[in-house]
Amino acid sequence: MTTIQSQQTIEAFAHRKYKEGWVTDIESESLPPGLSEDVVRAISAKKHEPQWLTDWRLKAYRHWLTMKEPTWQHVKHPPIDYQGIIYYSAPKQRQEKLASLDEVDPKLLRTYEKLGIPLQEQKLLAGVAVDAVFDSVSVATTFKEKLASLGIIFCSFSDAVQEHPDLVRQYLGSVVPYSDNFFATLNSAVFSDGSFVYVPKGVRCPMELSTYFRINAAATGQFERTLIVADEGAYVSYLEGCTAPMRDENQLHAAVVELVALKDATIKYSTIQNWYPGDEQGRGGIFNFVTKRGKCLGENSHISWTQVETGSAITWKYPSCILQGDRSVGEFYSVALTANYQQADTGTKMIHIGRNTRSTIVSKGISAGHGQNTYRGMVKVLKSAANARNYTQCDSLLLGSRCGAHTFPYIEVKNPTASVEHEATTSKIGEDQLFYCQQRGISEENAVSLIVNGFCKQVFRELPMEFAVEATKLLSVSLEGSVG
Amino acid sequence: MITMSPEKTRTAATLDRLDVSAVEPGPEWLYASRWAAFERFRQLGLPDTHHEDWRFTNIAPIKQTAFTLSSPAPNLTRSVIEPLLIPGLDCCRLVFVNGRYQPSLSDTAGLPPGMGLWSLHEAFTTKRSLLEEHLGKLTNTDKHPFAALNTALFRDGAVIFVPRGAAVSRPIHLLHIAAPGDEPPLISPRHLIVTEADTTLSVIEDYATLGDGVYLTNALTEIVVGPNAQVTHYLLERESPRAFNVTTLHVHQGRDSRFASHSAQFGGSIVRNNVSPVHAGEGGHSLLNGLYVLRDDQLVDNHMRVDHATPHCDSRQFYKGIMTQRSHGVFRGRIIVRQDAQKTDAKQNNQNLLLSEEAGANADPQLEIYADDVKCTHGATVGQIDEDQVFYLRSRGIPHETARAMIVYAFASENLERMPLQPVRQLVQRLLLDRLPHGKLLEQTL
Repeated sequence: MTTIQSQQTIEAFAHRKYKEGWVTDIESESLPPGLSEDVVRAISAKKHEPQWLTDWRLKAYRHWLTMKEPTWQHVKHPPIDYQGIIYYSAPKQRQEKLASLDEVDPKLLRTYEKLGIPLQEQKLLAGVAVDAVFDSVSVATTFKEKLASLGIIFCSFSDAVQEHPDLVRQYLGSVVPYSDNFFATLNSAVFSDGSFVYVPKGVRCPMELSTYFRINAAATGQFERTLIVADEGAYVSYLEGCTAPMRDENQLHAAVVELVALKDATIKYSTIQNWYPGDEQGRGGIFNFVTKRGKCLGENSHISWTQVETGSAITWKYPSCILQGDRSVGEFYSVALTANYQQADTGTKMIHIGRNTRSTIVSKGISAGHGQNTYRGMVKVLKSAANARNYTQCDSLLLGSRCGAHTFPYIEVKNPTASVEHEATTSKIGEDQLFYCQQRGISEENAVSLIVNGFCKQVFRELPMEFAVEATKLLSVSLEGSVG
Repeated sequence: MITMSPEKTRTAATLDRLDVSAVEPGPEWLYASRWAAFERFRQLGLPDTHHEDWRFTNIAPIKQTAFTLSSPAPNLTRSVIEPLLIPGLDCCRLVFVNGRYQPSLSDTAGLPPGMGLWSLHEAFTTKRSLLEEHLGKLTNTDKHPFAALNTALFRDGAVIFVPRGAAVSRPIHLLHIAAPGDEPPLISPRHLIVTEADTTLSVIEDYATLGDGVYLTNALTEIVVGPNAQVTHYLLERESPRAFNVTTLHVHQGRDSRFASHSAQFGGSIVRNNVSPVHAGEGGHSLLNGLYVLRDDQLVDNHMRVDHATPHCDSRQFYKGIMTQRSHGVFRGRIIVRQDAQKTDAKQNNQNLLLSEEAGANADPQLEIYADDVKCTHGATVGQIDEDQVFYLRSRGIPHETARAMIVYAFASENLERMPLQPVRQLVQRLLLDRLPHGKLLEQTL
């Protein structure tokens, strides 16, 4: 096989099609575009929020007005018009309150079926409890009763505010304060819904909890907020998936995720992010500017982030761990794929505060077409973090000569007993690797797929079963019929 | 421009309120670029830790110090500078005191035919065409306030020109001695080194202090490495513990050229070193080799930026830091591989040893890659002495303190061994042993 042919395969790989790009024609109820104190109040009023939350939103909004959009990131995008965004959009429902899943708009349910999450079916078979967020509001939460019998709270953020205000008040903003950064502050002011999870003391959540996010309406921004609290000795594994229709304009997604792990608790958070990445010329697509942070508050707590980032025009996020409790553990496993004109600036922050804290970072970046893929990570060892350990590995794979792969690690150590290691490599798919596979009768496109999946395996291994299959499919979906 | 009352122009001022009208203006043909650079410096202002490039280097003490621009050079005798010479080094030497060239202390004999070695002050009048062709061409004053400040203020330095085919066998020692008076001086040396094709040259840029006064050296060096030329540059930082130092080195590498930068940093209170080679011709090789050994409250920041603009070039960066007491070492190395710079082979490594509770280190090895057929790796470590290694030596009867000193010395010696000039290597070794806790214990064994 010639180099030119393999070049074509690689290009075909890079030009994969977006499969979730349809729009659901559904009536929605929105606020007019624009942002002001009134909009913040209106969102709060629509959700019947208590006064303290309205005040918190307003505090964030006023702080946001004093902030400047950051510019240090290694991504380029046209300026965002914050007054052109619709900050609240909800699918219109015939009744005010839904008694059961059967009353959810059937069109909405079909949307989720297309996405591969038949709520009904999953309820019975998969044993995965799903909270689905459509545009700005949470439409259905399955398996609520079963979880409730264990004392686990898994509901939309709005419900949590109504039903468990004390818990929400205690932990909201405790990991990502309202003044944290430009986009987190914006989210704090206008967040519309999201998921809330509380796992009580000593309970091991018997099933994977999962959220699907979808942006449907045009010109809307999605600002959801997720808060997961694992009490002493609890365990929870949480999955998150995202899609959006194809549109020519860019849409903003600025979410905040906060995780709190108390003593001996474990939280595993997995993301498959497949927002619309824009077309081959780089038009449209989602700006995915997300703040995700976990706090290992108690001793021996454990937070693990796993992410597969294949979508979005721009992905810009750093799922981080604050390792406060002694002997706490933080992990970050990431695969980020940028094709066409996609850009990603992603990585993690590991902040070691407690003694004997450990962190592991494994990041795999794949760039194709004109994609720009940046790993940016910080490992900070404070003076108090005696015997802290970190291991970082970031590898980049380049497919094509017009893409870029960048690595910007920051290592800051203030304690001499700490040990921090960082390794990075950048390479392309070896001709010899392709040749080896083909020589054994594996077609070229399967060979590329095999090599790419092998490259990512270390991360996919960390995903829960259902997601690992989906992630592998996402990477290889492009290869269908691309060689001819 | 700020105008000041006459009595004030003689006194010192902080960098943001410098009055440049008191500066000796130099040749007329430079006026325009000096004014532009000074205006740019005023616009940029001095960086704070919100600037990405200065995140870990707080220069507040520099900002708060009032500097004077007029610092006459005291008359120094040979015997005073004798201890600062590099023992056993047969070299040509230019000595600068408070930034001014001192012919009586210098030695420029025995240059190969056609080679030029001048003070910049002299070259202003005699070598105008060479300066006009090269001076400031590699420096970006738009983004870097200290480069702009140097461009606005420099008045002396060295100009070296090596004609085609010349192999300069004697290294050139540029010895900068600061003898600060009551008011802290701002010293702005500027060097220009141009080598043509097929040449060889070694240059040692050396900063030392008489006494322990406060001052700021803001030096800038530009080196043009011609095709198939080989240039080795050494930077020795052995200034007083109260000195501030910012050095910037810009290198332009031609086809098949080899460039090496070796730095050894022991002195200064706040030290910032920028090294930026650009691989502008195919087949080039660059080596950046650095060692910093710090104590007290020293802060040393090394910023490397290797730009691979053409295919088939190799670059290597090896930086090691040893931090004791409350000192802090910062390393940021960036490898940029431009589109189409295929077959680039770039490596970068930063290792730090923290020997006390209060010491700290930042390591940011960065890759920015726009080509696909490249080999790029980087690594960074921060750690302490491996107790297993100490145990190994102790079980062989070596006392604890000696064992630790040996391990630290071995850590640093890898970088020493890359320096080809033996007298320089020996000097750095001596400085290293003086600096290491219990280094004296090793002297007999080495």
